[in-house]
This record gives sequence, structure tokens and C-alpha cells, in this order.
Amino acid sequence: MEGVYLLFILLLSIFIGFELIHKVPATLHTPLMSGANAISGITVVGALALAGNESLGQYSMYLGAFAVFLATINVVGGYMVTDRMLAMFKKKK
Amino acid sequence: MMLDATSNTDLLINFTYILCAAMFIFGLKLLGHPGTARRGNLLSSLGMLLAIVVTLLDNSIVTFQWIAIAMLAGAVVGFFAARLVAMTDMPEMVSLLNGVGGLGSVFVAWATIQIGVALSTFVLLVTFLALLIGCVTFSGSLIAWAKLSERIPGRGITFTGQVIVNVLIVLAIIGIGYLFVARPETALEPDMVLYIALGLTLLFGVMLVLPIGGADMPVVISLLNSYSGLAACAAGFALQNNLLIVAGSLVGASGIILTNIMCKAMNRSLSNVLFSGFMPVTSSDMVIEGEVKAMSADDAYYVLEAAQSVVVIPGYGMAVAQAQHAMKELQTILEENGAEVAYAIHPVAGRMPGHMNVLLAEADVSYEHLFEMDDINKRIENFDVAMVIGANDVVNPAAREMKGSPIYGMPVINADLAKNVFVLKRGMASGFAGIDNPLFFKPNTHMIFGDAKETLGAIIRQFAD
Repeated sequence: MEGVYLLFILLLSIFIGFELIHKVPATLHTPLMSGANAISGITVVGALALAGNESLGQYSMYLGAFAVFLATINVVGGYMVTDRMLAMFKKKK
Repeated sequence: MMLDATSNTDLLINFTYILCAAMFIFGLKLLGHPGTARRGNLLSSLGMLLAIVVTLLDNSIVTFQWIAIAMLAGAVVGFFAARLVAMTDMPEMVSLLNGVGGLGSVFVAWATIQIGVALSTFVLLVTFLALLIGCVTFSGSLIAWAKLSERIPGRGITFTGQVIVNVLIVLAIIGIGYLFVARPETALEPDMVLYIALGLTLLFGVMLVLPIGGADMPVVISLLNSYSGLAACAAGFALQNNLLIVAGSLVGASGIILTNIMCKAMNRSLSNVLFSGFMPVTSSDMVIEGEVKAMSADDAYYVLEAAQSVVVIPGYGMAVAQAQHAMKELQTILEENGAEVAYAIHPVAGRMPGHMNVLLAEADVSYEHLFEMDDINKRIENFDVAMVIGANDVVNPAAREMKGSPIYGMPVINADLAKNVFVLKRGMASGFAGIDNPLFFKPNTHMIFGDAKETLGAIIRQFAD
């Protein structure tokens, strides 16, 4: 049953995603992409649970820690570079 | 229901995850409008911070040493990458970040199967999917990055028998997927199966992006962006983590929408973009009439000086020549001279969605001067001058007039309908598709050959004198 319930969540969030993004103006396509990419760094949350759990064994912890490293690059780099771009988008003075 | 300390923390974590999901959703919503986009990105990043902090409360997380080192190192790398990257290298940066995100999901999947507990078939299946999508995202993004930074040739790379090789790779992935999920008694150790799966899926990502040409990069980058979300989503299924599923599918959906917009802007289907490298080049026997007329920057000055309205149509060539700052300078001069200046941006101009917008924003051009193709086409006849800077296929009238042309039917900016057309271009080489551009032969078109930045500089100097 767990899988079915997760599929439900998947379905609904894909619909929300489509509704949210489909009217974004072309000006914002790049920041949207890099901002969305930063959100995909959410794997860091999954990686944390693996990296800090001793009962899973050393091997899993090291792999998890490396995943934390990669996902953190994705999160920090993604949000910062998006902000840098958005700061440049200005109106007429 | 038992309400001991453990389940209370679990409850807190999951309630906070709901809040985080809401922050991502509102963040993306705000990202959709230029005025609120920055706040939206901030809200989404706060959601991420909250998600990370609350996850650390999880009772099963007992050692923080490796977490601290990994997060610190990741934050430092991310910080400097985001700070130091030049705005002109943004397509490369975005594809690298996509790749890193994909690889993160691969390692989450890898760690999941090393746990040592017997996993259900469902978990093994979604773990394999996370591995597959993550690896394809990673190696595909690396190839895209190498193409964009011209470490490998930007054109599509094909070889004889490529289709057969690809089919074999797909079959092998299906086979290894079966061994991975069903775990039948075979001579192969589970570890061996994992390594073969990693190798095959990485190879698949390379083979997927290799045959795609530089001008189709906007589609590829959006697609890889989507994959990086879907990989996170699959990892969420493997870990049974709702927040990963929600956030991952939001990213997946946004990437798919962008991919779709890019494909529509080229009047091609996604499969056509992905596989056209294998198709024979359609040659057109259309004869273009007229002759190419070259013009000097000095002569262009006289026309521009008298012009009441100018529309600028930038393309990838402007990014290569780094001509955006010179263009902004010329814009200011033209405006002081009483002319109206507008920029017409084609959705696939450049190497990623919105590439031209980022470049012009960097040069301090207000986004209110930037118009989408449909807005400008309605009134293009009224412009005295259309300046085409480093764009080719996106202004090719063959898309409108020549039925046999490979790009026939693609929506283009109708630059040829303006009263005068200046094409700033290095030489007479044809665009990506190798198609001649009848625009260059129109009676109202003048070619100004040379580096776009230098040409603009020469015009600016004329205004100063």
C-alpha cells in the first residue's frame, strides 16, 4: 500500500508543477531552471538520513556522506547563482 | 497509537516537511513573475534550510562528523562556483549543477542498497530507477557541458552503427535491471550487478547527448533539468520520503514544460530533436534569388542616425562575441537620439532557455525592453531598422516561405519585414542546420561583416564624432 500512497503524492505534485510553471515568461526561463535545479538538491535530506545512521554500516554512511556533499553543492550553488541572476533583472530606472 | 519520543519527532519532521513543500510551491509561483522572482527564490531556499535542519533532528542520525564535513565542503564548493562563474558561462554552470544533482541521487540510491537489510522488490525497482535516471543526468550533463564549453565539438557526433549500439545498450540496461531487481541466483554478485548497472547507465547518458548538435542545447538542458528532478523523485520512493517526491516532481514537471516550450519554438518533436542526428540531412534544391550586399559600419551609422525605431535580434553569436555591453551602449545613444529600441528574443536563441535574457540583463538592459517573438512580429513592419546580431536560423524567412526547407514551419522572428535589415555576422557560413538563409539575399538586407563587438564599437564611435 505504501507504494500506492507515494504514487498519489507523485501524481498530485506533478499536476501542481505543471500548473505553477506553465505561465512563466521567457525572461525568467534561465532563473527558473537554476532555481528548480536547486530544489532538486532536496536529495540532501535523504542523504542526511543515510550519512548519519551508524546502524546502516560504514559503507552506507560514506556513500551517504558523499551524496550529502554533492547535493549541498547543488543546493548552495543553485540558489546563489539564481539569486545572482535575478538581482540583475531590473526595471527601467 | 504510541506517542513516545521517537514518533513525536517523526511527527514533527513530517509536519515540517509539509511546510517545506508549501514553501517550494509558493517559491516557484513567485519565481514566475519578474517583480517577485527574487523573493520566490529566497522563500524556496528557506524551505530547503528548514528541511535540512529538521531532518537533523531525526533520532536515527547519531553521528554528525561526516555530515558536518560533507555539508561544509559542499557549501564551500557551491558558494565559490556560484560567485565566480561568469554570467556568460551560465549554460555550462546550469548543466554542471544538473549533473551534480543527478550524481547526488545516484549515491543516495547506492547507499540505500548497501544497507544490508533485505529490500522489497518495489524498493529495489525504484532504487534502480534512481540509479538509472541519476547516471543518465550526470553523464549527459557532462557531455552537454563539454559541448557548451567547446571542449568537444559542438555539432552532433555520430558514427556508423550508432543506432545498433544504442539499442544494445538499452537491452543490456533492461537485462541488468532485471538482475538488480529480481536478484535471481546467478553467478554474478550483487555488487558486480551494481557496477555493471552504473557503467551501462553512465554510457547511456553519453550516447544520448553525443549526437545532439549545439543549437539544440536548449532542449537538452531543459530535459536534463527535468531528469535531475525525476532522479530525486525516484530516490524519494526508495527512501519513502514524501518531501523528496514532491520537490523532485515539481522540478521534473518544470523541466518538461521548458522542454516542450523549446521544442514548440523549433516546430519539432522531442524525438526529432533527440534522434535527428541519425537522419540524413535533407537538402533543398530551392534557388535563392538576389545578391548579398555588404555594408560598412560607417554607412550603417547614417541609417541608424535617422532611424526612429530599431529592433535588435540577438542570437548565440552575440554571446560568443560578448557584444551585449556594446549593444547596451548603442541602445543608450540611440535613445538619446530619439529612437525607440526594442529587443526581440526568440525562445531558442542561444544555448539554453532564456540565455539572451540573462546576457542582456547582465549588460543592464531593462527586461521591459525585451519582447517575445509574437509581440514583435505583430509590429515588425513599423521598425526602421532590424539589427540581427549573431542570429541566423531564428530569423530565417525560409521557415515561412520555402516548403522544402528543413526548418519550414518553425516560428521565426520576421526580421525581413522591417524596413532595413542589418545582419552583423562574421562571414557567410550557414547556421547550425547548414541551411542557406534567404534573409541575407533580400533587397532590404545589408550584411555588416566582422566581429559584432567591433562593429558596434565602430558605430558608437561614429555617433561620438
